[in-house]
Amino acid sequence: MKEVWVYIEQEEGKIHPVSFELLGVAQRLASDLSGRVSALLLGYKVEDIIDEIFAYGAEKIYYLDHQVLSYYRHIPYVKGASELAKKYKPEIFLIGATPLGRDLAGGVATHLETGLTADVTELSIDSETGQLLMTRPAYGGNIMATIVCPHHRPQMATVRPRIFPVPERKSSIKGELIRESVELHEDEAKVKRLAFIPKEKAVNLEYAEVIVAGGKGIGSKDGFSLLAELAKELKGELGASRLAVEAHWIGYEHQVGQTGKTVRPKVYLAFGISGAIQHRAGMQNSDFIVAVNTDPEAPIFQIANLGIVGDWKKVAEALLFAIRKERSTDG
Amino acid sequence: MLNILVSIKQVPDTTNIRINPDTGTLIREGVPSIINPYDIVALSLAYQLKLRFKAKVTVITMGPPQAKNALKEAVEFGADRIILLCDRKFAGADTLATSYTLAEAIRFLQREELFDLFLFGKQAIDGDTAQVGPGVANRLGIPVITYVVKIENLDPIHRKIVVHRKTEKGIEVLEAPFPILLTCEKDLSPLPFVPLENILKAQRAEPETFNAEGPLSFQRDKLGLKGSPTQVKKVYTPELKRIGKIYNLDDVSLDDVVSKILDVLRERDLL
Ligand SMILES: Cc1cc2nc3c(=O)[nH]c(=O)nc-3n(C[C@H](O)[C@H](O)[C@H](O)COP(=O)(O)OP(=O)(O)OC[C@H]3O[C@@H](n4cnc5c(N)ncnc54)[C@H](O)[C@@H]3O)c2cc1C
Ligand SMILES: Nc1ncnc2c1ncn2[C@@H]1O[C@H](COP(=O)(O)O)[C@@H](O)[C@H]1O
Repeated sequence: MKEVWVYIEQEEGKIHPVSFELLGVAQRLASDLSGRVSALLLGYKVEDIIDEIFAYGAEKIYYLDHQVLSYYRHIPYVKGASELAKKYKPEIFLIGATPLGRDLAGGVATHLETGLTADVTELSIDSETGQLLMTRPAYGGNIMATIVCPHHRPQMATVRPRIFPVPERKSSIKGELIRESVELHEDEAKVKRLAFIPKEKAVNLEYAEVIVAGGKGIGSKDGFSLLAELAKELKGELGASRLAVEAHWIGYEHQVGQTGKTVRPKVYLAFGISGAIQHRAGMQNSDFIVAVNTDPEAPIFQIANLGIVGDWKKVAEALLFAIRKERSTDG
Repeated sequence: MLNILVSIKQVPDTTNIRINPDTGTLIREGVPSIINPYDIVALSLAYQLKLRFKAKVTVITMGPPQAKNALKEAVEFGADRIILLCDRKFAGADTLATSYTLAEAIRFLQREELFDLFLFGKQAIDGDTAQVGPGVANRLGIPVITYVVKIENLDPIHRKIVVHRKTEKGIEVLEAPFPILLTCEKDLSPLPFVPLENILKAQRAEPETFNAEGPLSFQRDKLGLKGSPTQVKKVYTPELKRIGKIYNLDDVSLDDVVSKILDVLRERDLL
């Protein structure tokens, strides 16, 4: 039976949400191929998360448990994943396009001598050929390219987080757990972690429910303090276009778009953002987009669910005032 | 002495890219070619290391004849030896074929002397794949550290390096022995000051050219388009469809639009 593999990215026994998103899209691909979804899990003593992986749709889990895998390192993770893929020959192998996932995927594809499509945003099965169609933005999002890998297996892709929804959790479901072993040694890992410096304040843009974003039209760093107040009031995060980041009005970790983050909030509020294609690539999957811009021709209005032609500052101030007023009458 | 190899790519400047709307292909006329910005970081780092330690820097690129200009520019950054991999048989390579070709050429160079440090860009801005660096490292059988933002320590005597690697959750401090391949993030190194002497030297510089016939031998079926498992089936420009309503503050009141936004938030339990 053809298998669609999903790499489960975990750190210290915590699964990266992109792995659930991939389990979801893998179910659709597997059903088109009359195959099944299998998960590949590498780590050390992470049994606790196995039920979670079944609950989100894996029918099988290949689990490689080894002390050398206690934290991510290129050589042992690539070796483990490559050897198991050689043994079981999946048809498709999906990995999240995160820093760790991209690092892993490049190594595994080289060992398997197969193609690897980077940073994919659309996946489907060609009904005529049964091939995986992998679509991705290229040249900074100016064009979309559909890539196939006709003669090599597995067909591999790294997939952007937040493109596909997390599937429904079905806690009752249990599949087959296959414990694997691959010979690994500490010496061959070569790289050693001496320390880890956690981010001071984690900006959790990708998984925020509300994003208040500003672009070049905000005009200054001060503009972002107003947006920050609004974001705080809505318990959301601050987003920005590349030009705003390059003007040093706000840090890079807030950049949304092709070279920044892909987001999928319930509401995306865009102030003074033109909506250049590279920016849209990162936010067009938002459930609802509100855009405020003085230029009625700005491309952001073509994807906005609610567009307002006018000065961003007036709208932002009035909105902040109204929210605070509503809060005070409530409580 | 530290022996450094830097791998660079010449790319179209994607900030002023134009697309032919009928064919969905890149209009290359008038689009300037630049050295991939992350590779400039790699060159800058190599130069900085050269000033601090005794080092020899070799720069390699695979590309069409005009990629020679990127290598000449590398001489401004203190490159001692520049190598162009240029042949029609190399053309159309995806990341698997590119990493094969680069790795074979590097192996050939290592018959003379081994490299300690391999510097690659985090990714190239045309394809944005970030796959070639890890690919080359795996072919050469050496460790790789991607997304490096800082060199904390480089010890040429004990032949090891301590670097900072950026992940989603923070910074990993990693130690590795030579040889090691690093892929460079934006903040890793500032642009160096280039002395006039280097600029003059760059003008006269000519790269050594390797092709599919020599000086080394390649497996033909692993080169270029033929050696590339991935194929581009279709390219197109993303379309926009207007989905929402637009209000102009010249026609409707500020209170009206604000209450519309509040409704949207309220319906989604965000207030
Ligand atoms: C390879 C590549 C990757 C890229 N990656 C990204 C990316 O990740 N993210 C990204 O965002 N961009 C990216 N870009 C850049 C992108 O092409 C644009 O340059 C950028 O998005 C434009 O930012 P902006 O909308 O803030 O500025 P502009 O395009 O200058 O727009 C400012 C807008 O504000 C409006 N405005 C001005 N004053 C007011 C006012 N008082 N009130 C309301 N509106 C006002 C203007 O009408 C205008 O529409 C990338 C480019 C390349 C080449
Ligand atoms: N044709 C090439 N010649 C030399 N180096 C390359 C080439 N393509 C990619 N690279 C290197 O690999 C890095 C990552 O490129 P990519 O995987 O295409 O995003 C670049 O920053 C370069 O250091």
